[in-house]
Amino acid sequence: MIRALHRWPGLLAFVLLTILAVSGAALSVFPAAERLSVPQAAAELNVAELAERIHAAYPGVEQIRRAPSGKVTVYWFDQGAPGAAVIDPATGQGVSSADPNPIQRWLTRLHRSLFLGDGGRIAMAAGALAMLVLSVSGAILVARRAGGWRRWFARLRGPLPGRVHVEIARVAVFGLALSAATALWMTASTFDLLPDGGATQALPTEVSGETGVALAAIPTLSVVPVMELRALNFPYPGDETDVFTLKTDGGTGYLDQGTGALLGWNDLTVWERVSETIYMLHTGQGASLLGLVLGLMALGIPVMGATGLAIWLAGRRGRPRIRGNQPAGKAETILLVGSESGSTWGFAATLHRTLSAAGQRVHVASMAAFDSLRYARGQRIIILAATYGDGDAPASARGFLDRLAGLDHAPDMPLAVLGFGERSFPAYCAFAEQVVAIAGEKGWSMLLPFDTIDRQSPQEFARWGHRLGAALDIQLELIHEMVLPETQTLRLISREDYGSEVQAPTTILRFSMPGASLWQRLMGKGFERFDAGDLLGILPEVSTVPRLYSLASSRKDGFVEIVVKKHPSGLCSGQLTALEPGDTVTAFIRHNPVFKPGRGSKPLILIGAGTGIAPLAGMIRGNTRHRPIHLYFGMRHPASDYLYGEDLARWQKDGRLAHLATAVSRGEQPNYVQDALRAEGAELSRLVRDGARVMVCGGRDMAAGVAGVLAELLAPDGLTPIGMKAEGRYVEDVY
Amino acid sequence: MKTILAALALSTALVLPGLALARPVTLTTTLNNYGGNGAYLAFYVSDASGAYMGSLWMAGGKSKYYGHLTDWHRVTAGDLSQINGITGASVGAGRRLEITLDLADALFDAGYTLHIDAAVEDMRESPNEVAVPLTTDGAGNSVRGRRYIADFNYSM
Repeated sequence: MIRALHRWPGLLAFVLLTILAVSGAALSVFPAAERLSVPQAAAELNVAELAERIHAAYPGVEQIRRAPSGKVTVYWFDQGAPGAAVIDPATGQGVSSADPNPIQRWLTRLHRSLFLGDGGRIAMAAGALAMLVLSVSGAILVARRAGGWRRWFARLRGPLPGRVHVEIARVAVFGLALSAATALWMTASTFDLLPDGGATQALPTEVSGETGVALAAIPTLSVVPVMELRALNFPYPGDETDVFTLKTDGGTGYLDQGTGALLGWNDLTVWERVSETIYMLHTGQGASLLGLVLGLMALGIPVMGATGLAIWLAGRRGRPRIRGNQPAGKAETILLVGSESGSTWGFAATLHRTLSAAGQRVHVASMAAFDSLRYARGQRIIILAATYGDGDAPASARGFLDRLAGLDHAPDMPLAVLGFGERSFPAYCAFAEQVVAIAGEKGWSMLLPFDTIDRQSPQEFARWGHRLGAALDIQLELIHEMVLPETQTLRLISREDYGSEVQAPTTILRFSMPGASLWQRLMGKGFERFDAGDLLGILPEVSTVPRLYSLASSRKDGFVEIVVKKHPSGLCSGQLTALEPGDTVTAFIRHNPVFKPGRGSKPLILIGAGTGIAPLAGMIRGNTRHRPIHLYFGMRHPASDYLYGEDLARWQKDGRLAHLATAVSRGEQPNYVQDALRAEGAELSRLVRDGARVMVCGGRDMAAGVAGVLAELLAPDGLTPIGMKAEGRYVEDVY
Repeated sequence: MKTILAALALSTALVLPGLALARPVTLTTTLNNYGGNGAYLAFYVSDASGAYMGSLWMAGGKSKYYGHLTDWHRVTAGDLSQINGITGASVGAGRRLEITLDLADALFDAGYTLHIDAAVEDMRESPNEVAVPLTTDGAGNSVRGRRYIADFNYSM
């Protein structure tokens, strides 16, 4: 609901809001520029003195106005000809023209009415209302995504458009909500919907009938500082019934032109005060710094619009059409999908296609549509579930848990649950786990043990398919084709072989940079933007399923490097490790924003074993700013699989690597990287206390072992790897 | 160019007893290119002693800005019933406003004066921009306003 309330106003109002934001941001500059450019009155100057000066310079003065910026404008008649000028309060003399700035006037009309009069004002007010709805619904979504209001500024993860969108939103939302709310108030005021019009002035009926009081002799004028002046109107020459009209921040008063006596005073009404404050907050006139800040925040709108559109399109693109979907009442297999960005639907489509091809009747629906009474011929329910944020239900699974918990008894057909997520998130597959837990409480029988798929791995999905096939007693080959990014051809420059003596044949492969089109260069697409820790997708020959390898180099290095261990029956690793310089592969870049060292000068603790060294070595290679890096590296034998051994020694010498600890698992005293960590436990916990960031890359068992050791070491400080993960200070790249 | 026809657009103050005879009068107001947003114009009549008699037309739709038509606002105390049914849109710089009203014969050659107050956003207020005596002979004579009105005349 909140999501829809965010999406549709956003898409509809994108263009309108962009015009509002850009013109508003441009307008925000004017009050500040005016504040800085006009001559300011001295603090002790009073209105009587100012009026005297001006009257001396312009004997025909009719009105003196002071803007909140301090700009004093004088209007006069000189022998029947009107004149106006901005004056210097110190001299009373004109310094510049009083005509409105044509650019500012043009922008103002665009901003408030699109040059379309009242219809345009209403359209722009609708834009402001949309902005307000977007701000409120967006704030709820940000809080939900971060895992609570208190974690408003928590570190963000996930694809770039989403992060940019939220990164801007959580700062700008306050300004945008303020601008939108004040805009609505001002529109209401313009259309006379608020009782904030000027109070009907009770004009003085009794005047002395004399004229010609000296300005300096008017006591009221000499007690009002110029800072509080808004306007002073002079009586018409020759009209002895007329009066001086004085407007200040406090109200309006009338002064006799013969005696100077105060004839009457009206305070500003509460409504007028509120409206003026709101006008100031919206326009920055009288609060130019705030105006600039609001203008800057408004510039976030076009960016949020574009990224919001990108998020929406990605969600749509990722959701494939399911061909031949069976009605719920006729299907044997019920496939329920809980997807956030749409990628899980792709897996559901693959599973649906494969099961249908094997003769099954399959019904695919979102988890939100779960209704156990409709599955008359159902024999099994399979749930494919992603997780949103900190363990919440993804978009297409809203309400599922409540409905499941509300059942009297579990459906009498067995259940299989497959979770989708990224291990680097603290709440990896947490929603799927909740589903399993509640199903367990209900006594729902399981068709397959709970399983998970990390980072949309087609291989893991295929393996799970085999287990599902075995349970159903059919041959099930799940070939999931990801929507592949544009691939390019990479040419091998060099290879270095390690580890064959210790049954771990491993090769460092270095490819040359592929050529890039102008578009790719401009947009930083393809191989024009990548860093160590991003992933290289390789399409092996005779397969459409890519394998992902961590990159050991960045764009700056000018080459593309990965580390590949040859698996006995591995299709891709076999092909890669057989490459000779000059051979080519088909590849693409998959960004992995989570597994990055991040900016800052706090120490980095890098922990890896085997081929897990690849991204870590790339980060050390790129550490020309000499951030303190501590590397813990596990290998089998230094004489055989000491990957990057010479490089590490060189980097240590030139300061890129502060500290190196290795663990050797073959030999007299087998040692694992966990043991190396434990041996330096005191130093490690000191580093973590000082804000160090931990990055772990390697096999799943090793990562689990490392997390266990660190949990022990950090417990006395009240820190846990899980807590650090939530802060984004502990990241893993596990395979 | 704007042409506004009003069948009987006299405010109550101008419909004096015995003023059954009326004739159509066209007020033509042309603004100069003052370089600002649309001008608000108040047309009203005062008697020989200068006392406010009634309003003929208000160009400008938002009552919250009427206070800037300072003379008109002063003599009417901002009373909106004075212009009930005789308001129109504001007039852009360089544009012409033409209003045809049925005015009582008794208003002419009897010492009455037609006033126009003008005001423009972010620019100076111009009360009494135009003040012309209503006379049969004066019909068709062009008058220049003080700040915004390039040309004003009334014709019968």
